[in-house]
Amino acid sequence: MTTSAPDQRTAEEEPAAGRTASGPAGTPRPGDPAGPTDSADSTDSTGSSDPFDKDVLPAPKGASLALLRSLLAPARWPVRIAVVVLLLQQAAVQAGPLLVAFAIDRGVPAVRRGDHGPLTLIGAAYLVSALASGLLQFAFVRITARVGQDVLLDLRGRIFRHAQSLSVDFHDRYTSGRLISRATTDVESIRELLNEGLQELIGIALSVVYVSAVLLYLDWGVGGAAVLSFAPLYLLVRSYRRRSMLVYRERSTAVASVIVKFTETMNGIRPVQAFRRERANEKDFDALNARHLKANGAAMLEMARYVVTSRLVANTALAGIVLWGAYRVADGELALGALAASVLYLRRLYDPIDRLAMFLNSYQSAAASLEKIAGLLAQRPSVPEPREPRPLPERTGGGPGREVVFDGVRFAYRTGGEVLPRFDLTLPAGQTVAVVGSTGAGKSTLAKLLSRFYDPTEGEVRLDGVPLRELAGPELRRGVVMVTQESFLFSGTVADNIAIGRPGATREEMERAARAIGAHDFITALPDGYDTDVRKRGGRISAGQRQLVGFARALLADPAVLILDEATSSLDVPGERAVQRAMGTVLRGRTAVVIAHRLSTVEIADRVLVMADGRIVEDGTPAELIAGTGRFAELHRAWRDSLV
Amino acid sequence: MTETRGDPARPRRRSTVRSLLRLWPYVRPVRGRLLAAALMAVLGSLMSLVIPLALKWMVDGPVADREPSGVWLGGLVLLVLGSAEASLFWARRALTARPLARVEADMRASLYRHLQRLPVSFHDRWPSGQLLSRATTDLMLLRIFLAFPLTFLLVNGVTIVAGFLILLTQEWTLGLVLLAPVVPLIVLCRYFEERYSQAARTAQDRTGDLTTVVEESVLGIRVVKGFGRHRGQERAFAALAGGVRDTELRKAGLLGAVWAVIMILPELALGAALVLGVMRVADGDLSAGTLVAFLSTALALRWPVESMGFLLAITNESATAADRFFEVMDSRPPAGEPASVPAPRAAAGKAGAGTAKAADAWGDEAAGLRLEGVEFRYPDAPADAPPVLRGVDLHIRPGETMALVGTTGSGKTTLTALIPRLHEATAGRITLDGQDIAALPRERLRRLVSVAFEDPTLFSATVAENVLMGAEGAGEPELVRALAVAQADFAHDLPDGTATQVGEQGLSLSGGQRQRLALARAVVGEPRFLVLDDPLSALDVHTEAMVEAALRKVLATTTALIVAHRPSTVLLADRVALLSGGRVTAVGTHHELLHGNREYAALMSGEPRGEEGRTR
Repeated sequence: MTTSAPDQRTAEEEPAAGRTASGPAGTPRPGDPAGPTDSADSTDSTGSSDPFDKDVLPAPKGASLALLRSLLAPARWPVRIAVVVLLLQQAAVQAGPLLVAFAIDRGVPAVRRGDHGPLTLIGAAYLVSALASGLLQFAFVRITARVGQDVLLDLRGRIFRHAQSLSVDFHDRYTSGRLISRATTDVESIRELLNEGLQELIGIALSVVYVSAVLLYLDWGVGGAAVLSFAPLYLLVRSYRRRSMLVYRERSTAVASVIVKFTETMNGIRPVQAFRRERANEKDFDALNARHLKANGAAMLEMARYVVTSRLVANTALAGIVLWGAYRVADGELALGALAASVLYLRRLYDPIDRLAMFLNSYQSAAASLEKIAGLLAQRPSVPEPREPRPLPERTGGGPGREVVFDGVRFAYRTGGEVLPRFDLTLPAGQTVAVVGSTGAGKSTLAKLLSRFYDPTEGEVRLDGVPLRELAGPELRRGVVMVTQESFLFSGTVADNIAIGRPGATREEMERAARAIGAHDFITALPDGYDTDVRKRGGRISAGQRQLVGFARALLADPAVLILDEATSSLDVPGERAVQRAMGTVLRGRTAVVIAHRLSTVEIADRVLVMADGRIVEDGTPAELIAGTGRFAELHRAWRDSLV
Repeated sequence: MTETRGDPARPRRRSTVRSLLRLWPYVRPVRGRLLAAALMAVLGSLMSLVIPLALKWMVDGPVADREPSGVWLGGLVLLVLGSAEASLFWARRALTARPLARVEADMRASLYRHLQRLPVSFHDRWPSGQLLSRATTDLMLLRIFLAFPLTFLLVNGVTIVAGFLILLTQEWTLGLVLLAPVVPLIVLCRYFEERYSQAARTAQDRTGDLTTVVEESVLGIRVVKGFGRHRGQERAFAALAGGVRDTELRKAGLLGAVWAVIMILPELALGAALVLGVMRVADGDLSAGTLVAFLSTALALRWPVESMGFLLAITNESATAADRFFEVMDSRPPAGEPASVPAPRAAAGKAGAGTAKAADAWGDEAAGLRLEGVEFRYPDAPADAPPVLRGVDLHIRPGETMALVGTTGSGKTTLTALIPRLHEATAGRITLDGQDIAALPRERLRRLVSVAFEDPTLFSATVAENVLMGAEGAGEPELVRALAVAQADFAHDLPDGTATQVGEQGLSLSGGQRQRLALARAVVGEPRFLVLDDPLSALDVHTEAMVEAALRKVLATTTALIVAHRPSTVLLADRVALLSGGRVTAVGTHHELLHGNREYAALMSGEPRGEEGRTR
């Protein structure tokens, strides 16, 4: 009787939850008929063949498997132990019916004889098996949970560290949304597999092997027939696998577009409300949601289809084998008892088919996720850490500044498109250089090369004679720090955010930096001063204030070379003035590159570079250039006019 | 159902059943199907119970008697029962597949709908990751709960009760022995349930925090790299990931413990019943057959009892998911929802009258944009903190352009957010052509007022769609005009012109380009009122000059408020208002203020001496 019970569960349990969220995007493969899921709803207008448009980045063959193996490698022993524990646990569970038979066959007559020994023994055995089955189950759950969680911890850490080590040009192209879904939803679908899938698989394998062996032991004929019946079941499983892959892919594509729309709306809630996008958004969202609904329903129906067909096959096989067995009993070829036992075991044999489908589902979605993660991990940073880092030489001269040399540097994007043609440039230590030019002139690219966000396509950038490529990360950041226009604040306090410049700095040092840049007053006016949580009121620290915090961060870092890329764009005039005044002292002796639209910044510079179309077209002191007749003189005049 | 409305920040822990009962409004439409499916499940498990009986009958009867016709009959019966069982399984799933997918979709749609209408202050408090996990993972969990544990809690519950009734009628003393563990089981399960649901909630929250760190480390990658702070981020991540692991392990430990208890206690009772039964059989009180029947029935109940453990676990997680869902749904949009009647303050402004008409009726004094004693305090600000705005009075005449100037953090952006009611003024009133904005449906108000934000957000859509969302019914000519005003003609040179996809999923544009498109979006509808928050900050000098020239024409025909940081932007305006200490302290032309107001002069020129030095 017990044999029939578990099939309820198996037949009914849903494919695990996390899978559905297996990432904003399905599992596109090159040449996949399902198409690039990422832009499934949008006409992929650029039509480029850039692999970054796809979700799955190119990875060497077998990368997923290699990744899985390396993740599970430290868990080799715990997995083995878990298998043994489960074997013992199953034995303890199966002992129950046997003990019942034993009690009736041996115990009863013994008691009647007045001998309570066997019964006591049976009672004790029952007690032991009950305790063992429970405690071993507990141990099994604990061990597999530990294995699963350790693997996840490892995997999460790897993705995180890798994403951090990938260079900025990767981040520029692989959108943040995708990267985030790699680290969250894809990991989640692997978690599902590890949490439930692994347990299922071991359980299924054990029970199939165990039951098949018993059947074969009972009777070669019945056992053989049962094993043969695996053939149509195998075909069914295969066909289900194929079909479910399609529906689940559609479903994950559908859920991906739902997620994208959702996130976009919530992140842009101000414009959404201000431009009354609610209705239009709802219409769009309803369409996406309906598509997900359809895919979701289809996936569940596909499962239903599999359940009914596999069960039909199993029940038909059961009826057939029983019938055949009955004839063989009639012919005297088979013992009645053997048939009776076989029949009960047969039911149990077919129980795990449905569970297998569930496992397949979570396996498939985990495999798709694993593929995407492996593709991400296979990306080599285009700005790699040096293998044999060199230290910066001791500073010569009094100031903190260092000399910067661009030697035969040329920069072009990987996809082609030259941004900076070959050029040479030397910035002496301690010089403050302003770079001006219109949008797209290549100013920011210059800054990114100097801060080693990018490596030049040709030539090299040197800091005090040492190529940037040969500096280790921390050494590089002691050398060069860049403050950008978008000063991102991390959750935590204002102090935490300033401390990013130099962890371990004292409160006094932070306040000094903040004061120097004119940020101290607004910070102390915040509800908790420096200890105000920026995330709780993140929306309330204005863009200008964020930039000031960014500045304080940079000051605290105390680098040899400071790059300011549009770092004052959101400041008001007094703010900008304060920053400039501060820069007078802060930049003294430091090498500085200041990129600004606003020419007020230029006044503090020792030297001005005017860029146009990726080339440096003018180079000189501000006074020289203003006095001249070039672009800068013209720009400067226009700017002066705008001031009054 | 709504009386237990929780405080959005810190929800009270509700009972599992209560939490799940709140799902009823969503489940109601599919209740018939769900009930039918439950019936199918009961029938299906009956079949599963009957099939072994049929097998037994066949083996004991026709096979033992070596009777071929009976064997065939038995085979046929088996086949029929097997097919019936399979069909019932199928029917249950087929019945609920689409309806339950619909429940999930409906809940998601209503969450989305609700969130879109919650005030900006709500969104400031809630990271989008937290909201997203409610819209996806939590809702999926709820669908699964409705599809499976809900049904089988019923089915297994019924089976257990029926089974015990059979046991008690067969042999009541032994039945009582088997029933003995019920009370400790319930007590222990409740104990674990409580612990588990706490752990589940912690796990979900910690996972949310982890997601936040991941998001930030990706979004702030340039800062992290710029300062070489990978280590610090990694440490923060490792600590949180370790925390997630620990709570997950704790969950697993509790689950394992529940399993163990649920396996051991009934088994012990069964063992006791076996020993007692054997004694009584030996004494002749009981037939061996009855004992076997009794024990096999008891064994058949083992699965339903054991399954209760994980059914309850899923149920608990579902209750947590439901709590998290309703936590957001219970946050109320501010008073005066779009569809509702005008708010109490409506008395002052004649709601329903066209604005233009109202303007005529109210004459010059009321016309234009007027702020009277406007006060604003963030809802979650500490009680002792002064309000950001305390009594702002300002009148912008029709057709006038007013620049708003003030130090960084003086509340300029906050003030602009009050006009389209992204935030609600906490006191005072704002009128447009005499009409109190609190009395206007938001939809109408926002049609009247067009905004460009300092931080320009583009949506994943084409350039044209992004710009045209500023105006209903606008077409190509308006688009071209708006792009020209914002000096955003670069849009025509994009790969697909104005049909190029931009936003997160499309072409990435520079800050200046995005700002110009956002400006185009604000002006495309030729709005009556225009609010611009430092709209030119990311533009270079050249472009800025061109935008200003074009913008001047647009401003001539609208009533506008422009947040300005720079003299060049201020010069777009007819008059300037100085915001200081939460009040407007001075209004006048740029030149008046420059000479008559020291604070303003300092704001505009930074250091007066520098200004003089340059003019010399």
